[in-house]
Amino acid sequence: MAAEIKAPAYRQFSIAPAIQPGSMADTKTFVANEKIQEAIGFPPALVDDWHDRAIAKMGELLSKYRSFKVYMDACVHCGACSDKCHYFIGTADPKNMPVARQDLMRSVYRRYFTIPGKLFPKLVGARDLTREVLDEWYNYFHQCSECRRCSVFCPYGIDTAEITMAAREILNSIGYGQKYSNEIIGKVHKIGNNLGLPGPALTDTLEGLEEDVKEATGIDVRFPIDVKGAEVLLITPSADFFAEPHIDSLIGYAKVFHAAGISWTLSSKASEAGNFGMFIGNYQQLREIAMRVREAALDLGVKRVVVGECGHAWRVAYSFWNTLTGVGSGAADPYAMQLQKQLDHRYKQPMHICEVTWDLIERKVIRLDKEANDKHIITYHDSCNVARGSGMGDVFGGQFDIPRNIIRAAANNYVEMAEGTTREQTFCCGGGGGLLTDDLLDLRVKGALPRMEALHNVTETHGVNFMATICAICKAQFTKVLPYYGFDRRTVGGVHQLVSNAIRLGDK
Amino acid sequence: MPQIEVNGKNYETDEEGYLINLAEWNMDVAKYIATTENLTMTDNHWEVINFLREYYDEYQIAPAVRVLTKAIGKKFGAEKGNSQYLYELFPYGPGKQACKVAGLPKPTGCI
Repeated sequence: MAAEIKAPAYRQFSIAPAIQPGSMADTKTFVANEKIQEAIGFPPALVDDWHDRAIAKMGELLSKYRSFKVYMDACVHCGACSDKCHYFIGTADPKNMPVARQDLMRSVYRRYFTIPGKLFPKLVGARDLTREVLDEWYNYFHQCSECRRCSVFCPYGIDTAEITMAAREILNSIGYGQKYSNEIIGKVHKIGNNLGLPGPALTDTLEGLEEDVKEATGIDVRFPIDVKGAEVLLITPSADFFAEPHIDSLIGYAKVFHAAGISWTLSSKASEAGNFGMFIGNYQQLREIAMRVREAALDLGVKRVVVGECGHAWRVAYSFWNTLTGVGSGAADPYAMQLQKQLDHRYKQPMHICEVTWDLIERKVIRLDKEANDKHIITYHDSCNVARGSGMGDVFGGQFDIPRNIIRAAANNYVEMAEGTTREQTFCCGGGGGLLTDDLLDLRVKGALPRMEALHNVTETHGVNFMATICAICKAQFTKVLPYYGFDRRTVGGVHQLVSNAIRLGDK
Repeated sequence: MPQIEVNGKNYETDEEGYLINLAEWNMDVAKYIATTENLTMTDNHWEVINFLREYYDEYQIAPAVRVLTKAIGKKFGAEKGNSQYLYELFPYGPGKQACKVAGLPKPTGCI
């Protein structure tokens, strides 16, 4: 870790920084050790024939994913993306410009997969895959949070996240994986969640929450687990059981179900919404992690599957669960079809907790006392995977409007951050995509700069003191980096934390 | 594997200085790790560390922050039962920094 981590100064105008070549070249996230790699079926360490295997893997991905090949071919280096990445803005390292990050791979693609690159490499910017290039891949493809903001501005729609995923998939296939993501994936398989929270600890924590809520409200709000025949199975990030402010949103979900009279349960088998298989671009891991949800849904016989406040989990659930697992329609295997029969299709499957809550508010099934949140002047941070990788409700842009509608229904004071920093153009928190690790804290602090600038702006002009969001990574990242920018760590919290404060429980 | 040396004995740690073998932990090791974190151990710190180890023995994981604050508040006085107090003792965050001093594995995930 760097000796002293400092937040960059706010820019006077939000312009591209003067470049500092190589400033982040030595930022290297911890490499997974043999034990971590082997636990999830990857080679334990860099294999001897890594060069040939990496090129072969790249060829395989190019033939499998048409999009990846188009992204390799289509870029015309127009530069529209260059100042759109929060990591470039915060670090000024030109290799953190999306186009430059893509070119780390594109140059190798040209050398091995195009005729001009094979014949005249120098003329077309083609490079051999050397050990130096490989290390550069490792370092800079772990300085991309796969947030896809750059793709919004690319005239060809090139998605750097997909290139980063491909790079990580290639690196893992030759035994050069990242400690943080791969250790977590191992824990999901072994223990059931990213945290490594075993069943008895989870039960103990949930019982404690029941006591706490009873003490605070006088009402018996339940936090059920493994209840067969419950209507709703709630899949939520394990951070919701463990960390602050996450746990306050979990209390909010429980209160919503209680107030609406919906029977619900958590699952000790699928005690994790997060799916880091997506971060490393590995389809098999993505599927195996998602499959736990289907198994839990079948075991418990639930009618609905609802996802808690987790950004990338909602992308996986919304966009991939259907064909991966049969939650939603699309998968054709017998268990998927059995699940389809079991689920209640009067409801969307899966459903986001915000969709559930907003529907109940609209139908006046639950009622909120806005005054309960009067101490807060609130703004909303759109999380990247929700904003750019999913939808909510039946209206285009529902993933932007529904969380905001809930906040406005739960509180009196709401302020938007500057245009160009929200909705589909939202800035990543700086910790997404498998980078929420202490060894990358310097990068995380720097990558948070544009969001912190936008937040600073509304704190100055409107006195904002609370930034709501619906992602466990965003919550953890901001809790850690806010103090570097002079904010209280408790400035960040969940949308259902606000719901929890305001919801009426007693008079039903 | 990186190592730390305390009283002439070597202890294996991970890249971030978390003790590999939980059973090797003792108070001197804890004090040494605390110095690497710029912490000066007081009775207040030890109360938290000892509770973490007890909880870990039972559940094989560190307690959730809320469970920790509640338990510390019950055992040692209500004025200690809040996360602000724990952050004052362990400024990098009670979840991770206190675990490190207690010789427990680092909690992972979106925390």
